[in-house]
Amino acid sequence: MNQLTGKPVDRVDGRLKVTGGAKYSAEFDIKNLAYGVTVQSTISKGRISKIDTKEAEALPGVLAIITYKNSMSLHQLSSEGGGSPGSGKLGEKDLLPLQSDRIFYDGQHLAVVVAETFEQAEHAAHLIKIEYQQEKPIFEIEQNIAEAYKPEKGLGGSEIQLKRGDIEKGLADAEVKLDETYITPVYHHNAMEPHATIAEWNGEQLTIYDSTQSVIGSRNAIAQQLGILPDKVRLISYFIGGGFGSKGFTWPHSVLAPMAAKHVGRPVKIVLTRMQMFTCNGRRSRTIQKIELGSGKNGKLAAIRHANTVETSFVDEFIEPAGTATKLLYDSPNLDVSHSVVRLNKATPCPTRAPGEAPGTFAFEVALDELAYKLKIDPIELRLANYAEKNPHDGHAWSSKYLKECYQQGAAAIGWTKRNVAVGSMKEGHYLVGYGMATAIYPGNRGAAAAKVRLYPDGRAVAACCTQDIGTGTYTILSQIAADALGLPLNLIEVRLGDTQLPKGPNSGGSQTAASAGPAVQEAALDAKSKLIKKAIADKKSPLFGQQEQTISVENGRLFVQSEPTKGETYTDIIKRAGVPMMEGSADITVSTRETQSQEANPTSKGRGGGGEEGKADTNPFVKQDQDVDRKKYSFQSFGAQFVKVLVDPDLGTVRVDKVVSVIDIGKVLNLKTAENQVMGGVIFGIGMALMEHTAYDPNNGRVVTRDLADYLVPVNADMPEFNVQFIDKPDPYISPIGARGVGEIGITGITAAITNAVYHATGKRIRELPISPDKLL
Amino acid sequence: MHPFTLIEAQNNQAVIHALTSNLKAKMIAGGTNLLDLMKMYVEKPEQLVDINGLDLKKIESLPDGGVRIGALVTNTDLAYHPAIVQQYPVLSEAVLAGASAQLRNMATTGGNILQRTRCPYFFNDTFPCNKRNPGSGCSAIPGYNRMHAILGTSGKCIAAHPSDMAVALVALDAVVHIQGAKGERSVPIRDFHRLPGETPHIETVLQHDELITAVELPAIPFAAKSHYLKVRDRASYEFALTSAAVALDVNNGVIRSARVALGGVGTKPWRSAEAEKVLTGAKNSVETYKTAANVALQGAKEYKYNAFKIELAKRTIVRALTTVGGLS
Repeated sequence: MNQLTGKPVDRVDGRLKVTGGAKYSAEFDIKNLAYGVTVQSTISKGRISKIDTKEAEALPGVLAIITYKNSMSLHQLSSEGGGSPGSGKLGEKDLLPLQSDRIFYDGQHLAVVVAETFEQAEHAAHLIKIEYQQEKPIFEIEQNIAEAYKPEKGLGGSEIQLKRGDIEKGLADAEVKLDETYITPVYHHNAMEPHATIAEWNGEQLTIYDSTQSVIGSRNAIAQQLGILPDKVRLISYFIGGGFGSKGFTWPHSVLAPMAAKHVGRPVKIVLTRMQMFTCNGRRSRTIQKIELGSGKNGKLAAIRHANTVETSFVDEFIEPAGTATKLLYDSPNLDVSHSVVRLNKATPCPTRAPGEAPGTFAFEVALDELAYKLKIDPIELRLANYAEKNPHDGHAWSSKYLKECYQQGAAAIGWTKRNVAVGSMKEGHYLVGYGMATAIYPGNRGAAAAKVRLYPDGRAVAACCTQDIGTGTYTILSQIAADALGLPLNLIEVRLGDTQLPKGPNSGGSQTAASAGPAVQEAALDAKSKLIKKAIADKKSPLFGQQEQTISVENGRLFVQSEPTKGETYTDIIKRAGVPMMEGSADITVSTRETQSQEANPTSKGRGGGGEEGKADTNPFVKQDQDVDRKKYSFQSFGAQFVKVLVDPDLGTVRVDKVVSVIDIGKVLNLKTAENQVMGGVIFGIGMALMEHTAYDPNNGRVVTRDLADYLVPVNADMPEFNVQFIDKPDPYISPIGARGVGEIGITGITAAITNAVYHATGKRIRELPISPDKLL
Repeated sequence: MHPFTLIEAQNNQAVIHALTSNLKAKMIAGGTNLLDLMKMYVEKPEQLVDINGLDLKKIESLPDGGVRIGALVTNTDLAYHPAIVQQYPVLSEAVLAGASAQLRNMATTGGNILQRTRCPYFFNDTFPCNKRNPGSGCSAIPGYNRMHAILGTSGKCIAAHPSDMAVALVALDAVVHIQGAKGERSVPIRDFHRLPGETPHIETVLQHDELITAVELPAIPFAAKSHYLKVRDRASYEFALTSAAVALDVNNGVIRSARVALGGVGTKPWRSAEAEKVLTGAKNSVETYKTAANVALQGAKEYKYNAFKIELAKRTIVRALTTVGGLS
């Protein structure tokens, strides 16, 4: 059988997307739809003293103006699963919208105007006058550093205060030491598709169209706030135009839509504006990372201290886990990773593509480059001298690791050994040339997932899983997996995602979608195929009657005896003869590769945790085989190597990333095209982080100043380097029967450090605070 | 957006009539700046007068060697016109350094000159801003002012003029042709934009009832050796940190004549007569360029986040002059 998995198959939804046929959350035509626009605070701290809505109410078309004075009451979430499949996580659990007059940050929603048209709602929103009792806000880490605290755990109960060995002794005894501080600014996700929610009540039943990375989580979080049972809510999110973490938690606008819809007795749509999205739906925290390294003259690390200070809000706690990858990267006997948090009058931060690893690898991999220059050791040699053959923190074996191969391939592709190692020694025209490298790292997460696969008499197959495609290609890779498992061509497979009526799938965070939903779809498909084969070999009317199951193969929907290929029949023949509308296979898997999990994601001995609806999964032999693997013995991580060539104009301070080589080990590559897309996308994010992106706040009042894509710069086509993305492409033997780890986030890790290191090689200037804008190189 | 009506004007007189009869009417051509500002409630016209039907779309070579550019000529048509590419490369380069291809296809010559600052405080009507709301105060002076001006600022406003094209036009001594209720007049572009002073909300000398009909470039033979250099935070689609429009007339190693104008640093497109004075008659050398650059930035005033612009602007001038002076 011609295997589709691994091939650079075109996106199955590509045509829909380029023709406008793919419906995003704001694009559903709902009868009698009204439009909601929110009014946001323009101060960072205080209270509302007066809301004057008179002028706005008098406008034609205005249906309602909802404020804390006339809003329905909401319910606090009782428990939070911290991003695990099936849980719901609010972005700001202590700030349910429109419940009080208190203001905690600039851009907090204070009112919703509902009108017949968007234009009417927007204009009315503008005419609402709010007076405040202002209080003095705290908006920079440095202003509140005295109140910094060290939380015990991070998101989902993860360990964020980490120690091994004796750090003080390790540092004291070291022959060579480095002690530097690195800073990354606030970044915003800036997904192309804005956050959008449509809510439609039908009696007690609620339908929500929401742009979310967690269809089930968002459904649960919205239901709980409204005080209704989750099964009263159907949430749909068929297509998502990027999320990058900002759509992982549920933000206030998502519950404002059903609140407003209830208020006016009509369906209501709320779409946030680009300006609003710089305030009320998360961001990447600023990080201040102090790194101390102690090593021998031979480069062997003796001690690593990585002390992080990050920010959160007064209404929830999210800790950018900038130091957590540090415990895994290199083999050092002594280590101390800590995270301190400072509360600020800003909206709550949240995960942003590779939360922790992206800013963390910037600081740590730059520090390592500094150490390499100090020791006069090649940066690759230094990394090899400290290569972790097993997880250095808990001693577990890696499920698979090919980082040495990544270094080798990357070095060869960029011409690493041909460079002149002397700083500032290489030139092309006006430009100084620099080469830099860094290690990429991201966890190989896999979580619980259920799926169903149905075969129909017309030859089609439908695979269903309530996960979502946030633009990464999930529809495509699941189609490939189902097609291979069933022995059907791609055009007969339909994948259904993004609807809470489907079997419970994972949220799209932690790069876990493919690694979690992939095996579930595969095992459901194998289950369906097995059921059909069993039916045929037990049926006297079948040409396959009396054969053993394992002797049957399927190609193009035709089952046949391997040793006697002329003996066979099609799926369609079997289903038609059985006289059933379809045949169904299912899978419900509770595997987790995470070190710490919240309750719901914990593996249980008998597989029901995933929540597949009809409970036939226990009997699925493929699931049993998968769940019987003892994964506790292994540490699941993806690694990679980033190599960069930059051109720096020494007079004007401009940096051009000329070439990027990324060699990535994500286990088995499911689709070369979409995987390459993801790594390139991550690298582009990293170029933005390294060279231009940053959210600026007013130094006097803490309000966001850069609030559009003209002021908040992301890289454009003209900034693109020559890309060379390579994969090791060897299956991870323990993560799943497919062997694939996720690829959505690893591309952004290491890249900012590689660029910063290359800039140093070109100029001799060591930049420790991002972005590397021209003014820093003058 | 504030509600508005839209009318189409078929000739210049109709535009002037519409503007005269409604003080809250505004012309719209490409709309690439105006519509943004309307969405942000910075501009709140009650009536838009669509002037795209006017006969102002021609680029004509004049008998004296100059070029007349109709006010409705798009940025794209201007940048690629052979007369502009050959006689005034600085203008072509400046236009192409601005915005994106899509925006340049819509944006017009008259509109480009009239475009308003990208100061984020001006663009956000929840902040005080003397330019948007006279007397309310300037948020940028004590605020985040990395992109702001260092030349021509006042205690009321430090917003940078955003245009690239206008910087080249200032270097080329362009003349703006205007038609209004009282007839026609011409204003050198150097005098067209005003310094903010006490009235930053009044940005140009154009009156409410007036229409730009054309921009005329005089014949400047040495402008064939001219150049626009723009330094910015990303490679494209971004406003200047600093930019320089320069032209040099060099004979036997001596500079006979020079043009130096700056972008990204001034509250208006900034011509430096002082730098040109240093260059004129001096030896064509990098040393001369450096002296000129220092003189050009002599009166610069730095603010908390933009002090780097002084040094960067000097280097921008030197690099641009080095390029046209044949010394690179």
